[in-house]
Amino acid sequence: MESSNGTFNLRRKRRKRLGMILAGVLFLATIFGVVVLVTLLVDVITTGISWLDGSFLTRFPSRNPEEAGIKSALVGSLWLMGLTALISVPLGVASAVYLEEYAKDGWFLRFIQINIANLAGVPSVVYGMLGLALFVRFAGFENSLLAGALTLSLLILPIIIISTQEALRGIPSGLRESAYALGATRWQVIRSHVLPMAAPGIFTGVILASSRAIGETAPLILVGALTFIPFLPRGAMDQFTALPIQIFNWTARPQDEFRSLAAAAIIVLMILLFTMNLSAILLRNYFEDRRAGA
Amino acid sequence: MSTDNPADDARLSPASVDEPTFQNGRADGAADEDAPPVPNSKSSPSAVQPKVEIEDLDFWYDNGDTHALQGISMDIAPHQVTALIGPSGCGKSTLLRCVNRMNELIENTVLEGGIHVDGQDIYAEDTDPVMVRRRVGMVFQEPNPFPKTIYKNVAWGAEVNGYTGDMDALVERSLRQAALWDEVKDQLHSSAYNLSGGQQQRLCIARTLAVHPDVVLMDEPASALDPIATSKVEETITELKQDYTIVIVTHNMQQASRISDETAFLYMGRLVEMNPTDELFTRPEKDRTEAYVTGRFG
Repeated sequence: MESSNGTFNLRRKRRKRLGMILAGVLFLATIFGVVVLVTLLVDVITTGISWLDGSFLTRFPSRNPEEAGIKSALVGSLWLMGLTALISVPLGVASAVYLEEYAKDGWFLRFIQINIANLAGVPSVVYGMLGLALFVRFAGFENSLLAGALTLSLLILPIIIISTQEALRGIPSGLRESAYALGATRWQVIRSHVLPMAAPGIFTGVILASSRAIGETAPLILVGALTFIPFLPRGAMDQFTALPIQIFNWTARPQDEFRSLAAAAIIVLMILLFTMNLSAILLRNYFEDRRAGA
Repeated sequence: MSTDNPADDARLSPASVDEPTFQNGRADGAADEDAPPVPNSKSSPSAVQPKVEIEDLDFWYDNGDTHALQGISMDIAPHQVTALIGPSGCGKSTLLRCVNRMNELIENTVLEGGIHVDGQDIYAEDTDPVMVRRRVGMVFQEPNPFPKTIYKNVAWGAEVNGYTGDMDALVERSLRQAALWDEVKDQLHSSAYNLSGGQQQRLCIARTLAVHPDVVLMDEPASALDPIATSKVEETITELKQDYTIVIVTHNMQQASRISDETAFLYMGRLVEMNPTDELFTRPEKDRTEAYVTGRFG
């Protein structure tokens, strides 16, 4: 060791105490979120659980809270989710593959990238207005499931593109290069190696984006989702309602019974979201195991 | 691929390879074949037609900001192992990757000059890089098998190139050529990730051989391996030169002297000297080569 004139003032106790205090602050920050969430859950569940039974899922909405159910809202939400996925997944994945694998670096690519990142942050009500102008009015889809699904697709498209791009970026370049070095074309490399390896990331992104879509209310109100639908949609051009709309409608009513109904519907919506997020995790684990194995 | 009986001979002469794109390019490149001999070609011991001719090659990264290769000319003889040596950053890997147009996958690179394989200008406008890479295979520094079975790793390249022969026979022959068959024949359908690093690298060699290349480029293929695995890979390389032309980048001078017939010494993006390996290591022409091979710098 070199000789130096200074001495060390270790202040061991002080430094340790500061570390302990900070650990406590961080713990409190974590607990705050969890406590609020648990309070919300407990409140919703205690209010709504007694209204939640099998027939709640199979009854249409009604003026009489005893007879009201969420059949049309639940089916409408499932329709919406299916249609939205059908539209947004091929578009989003294709865009991401183009941007990551084909597009040449340059101002145009950067311009598109910045715009996609910005679009991901645009408030959903703005998408609702766009959907109203573009799909409901201009394209003449009226207040149909299709108009709603197209609007939600626009909303989640940036999320799908960005998460797919990240999944594609995570693939080691050595793998791509060695596939190219065997005389494979770009598409052969993408189809056989890049997409299968990126699949877990893509699936996770798609499911998380879909769960965002299923919880959205504002854009659906703007494109004209109805609040009282005593029938089931039979096709993409039918009028519809959705769970968040039904919940919004019930919470706006003066009677206490409808608030409890809203709580019961929230439980259903949360179970749906929880299931989706869980399946995203399970799918990712499944693919990661498979990737490590044969 | 057009051979009906792929099992009898691993090597395909270019004429027997049914690649219309490549053949078309050849007509265009014919004029270049008569180009005057390049200055560094004196090292070729006999008058055989070189397998790979590199002519006045310049290469830049970052849209021309980094001049990685400067005026490189060399001839690479068929059925020999040619080693590229030099200190880190001298451009040896870049040069290697020019020979199968791998550098095109990196954005913002610029190339000037020409490379001919069997007299065919691989940078001609109508030459398809996909076809170049099928004929000029490459093994990388890190063993990087595909996340698939051993069998699939070898078969994939042949599949995407439309191989119509007996795939089982092709897989077996490729694995035998890479000296891996006896170790993996009972686990062909298990994941390639279960193999050791040295086995994975020989699998990558087998995978490259399965598409019947003429030239095999190797970018420090043993640098990530332990000594035993390294010697196995070196043995494999020595075996392979009967059937293939091999260009190997190595930072290990003992390795270059063990396995190569000719050695090219690169420094700061320029070719300093290219000679038969024993000459280059015992009687180097240039002072800088001598300084490098005797360990005085680099």
